Amino acid sequence: MTTSRRKFIKISALGLGAVAASTTAINMFGSNSYIDELVKQNVSKKFKRTATYCEVCFWKCAAWTYTNEDGEIKKIIGNDDDSHCYGRLCPRGTGGVGMYTDEDRLKTPLIRTTVNGEQTFRKASWDEALDLIASKFKGIKETHGAESIALIKHGAPGSHLEHLLKAFGSDTIAEPAYAQCRGPRETGFNLTFGSWVGSPEPTDIRDTKCLVLIGSHIGENMHNSQVQEMSDAIDNGATIITVDPRLSTAASKSKFWLAIKPATDIALMLSWMNVLIEEGIYDKEYINKYATGFDELKKHVSQFTPEWAYGITTIKPDVIRETARAMAHAAPAVIIHPGRHVVWYGDDSQRARAMAILNALLGSWGRRGGFYFKEAAKVPNFPAPAYPEPKWGWKEIGEKYPLAQMGITNEVMKCMLPDKDNKYPVKALMVAGTNITKAMPNKKLLEDAMDALDFMVVIDTMPMDVTGYADVVLPECTYLERYDDIRSATNREPSIAIRVPAVEPKYESKPAWWMAKQIGERLGLGAYFNYDDFKEVIEWQLKEMGTSLEEMEKIGVKNYPRKSGPMYLNEDETYNFPTDNGKIHLYSQELKDLGFDPMPNYTKHPEPPQGFYRLNYGRAPMHTFSRTVNNPNLNDLKKENDLWVNPKVARIIGLKSGQEVWLKNQDDIISTFSIKVRVTERVRWDSVYMVHGFGHQNKELSRANGKGINDTELITKVFTDPIMGGTGMRGNFVAILTENPHKNTEI
Amino acid sequence: MRYAMIIDTLKCVGCSDCVVACQTENDVPIGYCRDWITETVNGSYPNLELELKSERCNHCDNAPCVRCCPTGASHVGVGGIVLVTANECIGCGACIESCPYDARFQHPDGYVDKCTFCHHRLEKGQLPACVSVCPTKCMYFGDLDDPNSEVSQLLKNRKHKTLAPEAGTKPHVFYLI
Repeated sequence: MTTSRRKFIKISALGLGAVAASTTAINMFGSNSYIDELVKQNVSKKFKRTATYCEVCFWKCAAWTYTNEDGEIKKIIGNDDDSHCYGRLCPRGTGGVGMYTDEDRLKTPLIRTTVNGEQTFRKASWDEALDLIASKFKGIKETHGAESIALIKHGAPGSHLEHLLKAFGSDTIAEPAYAQCRGPRETGFNLTFGSWVGSPEPTDIRDTKCLVLIGSHIGENMHNSQVQEMSDAIDNGATIITVDPRLSTAASKSKFWLAIKPATDIALMLSWMNVLIEEGIYDKEYINKYATGFDELKKHVSQFTPEWAYGITTIKPDVIRETARAMAHAAPAVIIHPGRHVVWYGDDSQRARAMAILNALLGSWGRRGGFYFKEAAKVPNFPAPAYPEPKWGWKEIGEKYPLAQMGITNEVMKCMLPDKDNKYPVKALMVAGTNITKAMPNKKLLEDAMDALDFMVVIDTMPMDVTGYADVVLPECTYLERYDDIRSATNREPSIAIRVPAVEPKYESKPAWWMAKQIGERLGLGAYFNYDDFKEVIEWQLKEMGTSLEEMEKIGVKNYPRKSGPMYLNEDETYNFPTDNGKIHLYSQELKDLGFDPMPNYTKHPEPPQGFYRLNYGRAPMHTFSRTVNNPNLNDLKKENDLWVNPKVARIIGLKSGQEVWLKNQDDIISTFSIKVRVTERVRWDSVYMVHGFGHQNKELSRANGKGINDTELITKVFTDPIMGGTGMRGNFVAILTENPHKNTEI
Repeated sequence: MRYAMIIDTLKCVGCSDCVVACQTENDVPIGYCRDWITETVNGSYPNLELELKSERCNHCDNAPCVRCCPTGASHVGVGGIVLVTANECIGCGACIESCPYDARFQHPDGYVDKCTFCHHRLEKGQLPACVSVCPTKCMYFGDLDDPNSEVSQLLKNRKHKTLAPEAGTKPHVFYLI
């Protein structure tokens, strides 16, 4: 046990010198001058293009990395054959160059040490860092079992470390992408249709006639193909209905913007069900053929009239009726979008259920312009021994949430706290590709949990805040410098994409597959890493799939014909949904048996007290969470977040746009940094809004440090979904402080 | 040949992909940009209108920047593209002051820089970088002298506007509204 607090180390203590690469900028396209000649030479310079898929977000768009004759990465362009991007990357993908060029990147392995009583990091060799990790892991396995080593992960590096952990005998694995993001919708849709939504969502936006977005802000989230398809839908004259307390970008493109009172969405959806059923405009044939529980649903929603919902949601009854009719008119080419970040109030699986039920009433699941039946290409596993069977893992840790389908990060963190009754003690933690101190709420729990650990390793490309809590930090190279797993995701047609390094890794950074293999070999797990280069794994897999690395390097993406049947329901044939009885569940016996509401109900959630405003947060199109804020190209587009405040509120408090303020939440937690006010009509008077991912504490992030507020540090109240363990985060309230509360303290 | 760019404000989400694509395509130094995004909000909650759009040099027919340039560095090139010959530019900044769109900036290397409609790409038959990457496909580019071009047809069939028409500059960047 460590006796002293695991003090957050600001990596700047190391004096890691950063040398900014100077870029020559002679590129002016004047005519009739010697510059013209230079330009022509420049233009005719041979670019080499290398296949990749983007890692700046989870959409994983396939792309080409262009390098010039000097081997410098010049630009990244979408792959025309890719259904994730249709040849056009989003700003983050285009600006992915900055992930590589960022001079603040982690450069060498680091090991925590104490100098003159102060904790700091020192540079270490790879051998030293890897030997240390292996010896610690061995020790923990001997004392507590391999299960006591946990992994919290995201993205491509996560899968390599997952392989390592499973090979070592631990399945104590979780990712914020589940309990802090899309978990509830997977549970809600699975309970209804027997199928996860998955990623990318199988929304047939391209051919829809009516797109309904409930707190989902396409256009501010740049889920690439969806943004593109929404644009096509606008061209095609589709009706867009947006339910959002804030005038989001999508709301501004909508025929109907329903400026709903926050936390009342389920009431609106129940009243939509009421209108569809009472007016007899639901898809009767579809419901008769494919669904069970209609009579119970009809009875249940008969009480939830638009007039009832008006008093709760502030949406006028005639607007509720008009929008329900617009959906029915477009049906089945209508989409009630499942959303993505859906952990809001703790009844999120039930809200996802309400969305799924509405889609069922409109007959949109399995219909053109609604939801298509998705399919992915099967990538064979590279030969390796079977994993040992752990005694416990993520399932047991999350056992009080009966329908959790993946590890719950917060529950894994709780297992790190000292507690003699803890059946599942976690003693070591590996974090890969996720900045958990920003991705997860309840900072105190996180700090207490990390403080109690025997050992912690963080793998990242950047000195994210979470690296400051590690005992060992391993510098990963960026996606532009490495091989990774073949991308295979569900879509209209199965497809694969590959990632090939365009350049050598900068500094001493290494790919995560290499780290996993090196640690694995030191743990005697060499049989699980039976290759010298991950390239061999891909080569073998591609050969098994009837192609080759040589071919894939030329095309980047390969699309395969569907094997699972048509994309949409064939009306003349019977179809069994993948539920227990082959039918869509409007009424869920499974929920009933577990003691939950079998059909969604509206629950009133707490409202902000006098002087406080609901803290809402969202996305900016040029940033991915906290990951990209220091990227030189993307930071140039947006350096800090701002606090959206309604003009009425600004008048009461006396705020002006550009004014610096601090926030204090309901638990007296005060923001570390300040934020600039943006007075705007786009936000309601009972809420404030900011983009998530800012307010970095690590000084080594030279552009991002101290800029804006980290919304997550103000999310100390968590509303846990009892069905699947999601952490509802939209019930935190903040007061606006105009005087600096840290005047006499050093941050 | 008269090049024009059209931006559909009904589709633009203001993501700034055009900005970063221009930077990487044209080696625009970090901290500078040849194109940018504006946001305009009208009305009061909840009766609101929001317009997002990508702006840049308007490649005006009646370009004040060309008129006021003392050295002739600012000039009109093929297809009506307004350009600056860097080695003839003395960086006096008169053009920067004269532009009603604030489309020009002093490049750290000493000359004045701005959008070129990526004419080095046009020569190769490619679209300007911003148009080629736009994820909403809200940007169109083509020849207004050709009545059948996509841009001519869009201006014929869709309601549109230009920026600061009162300046009398005759811009060649149009906005569908």
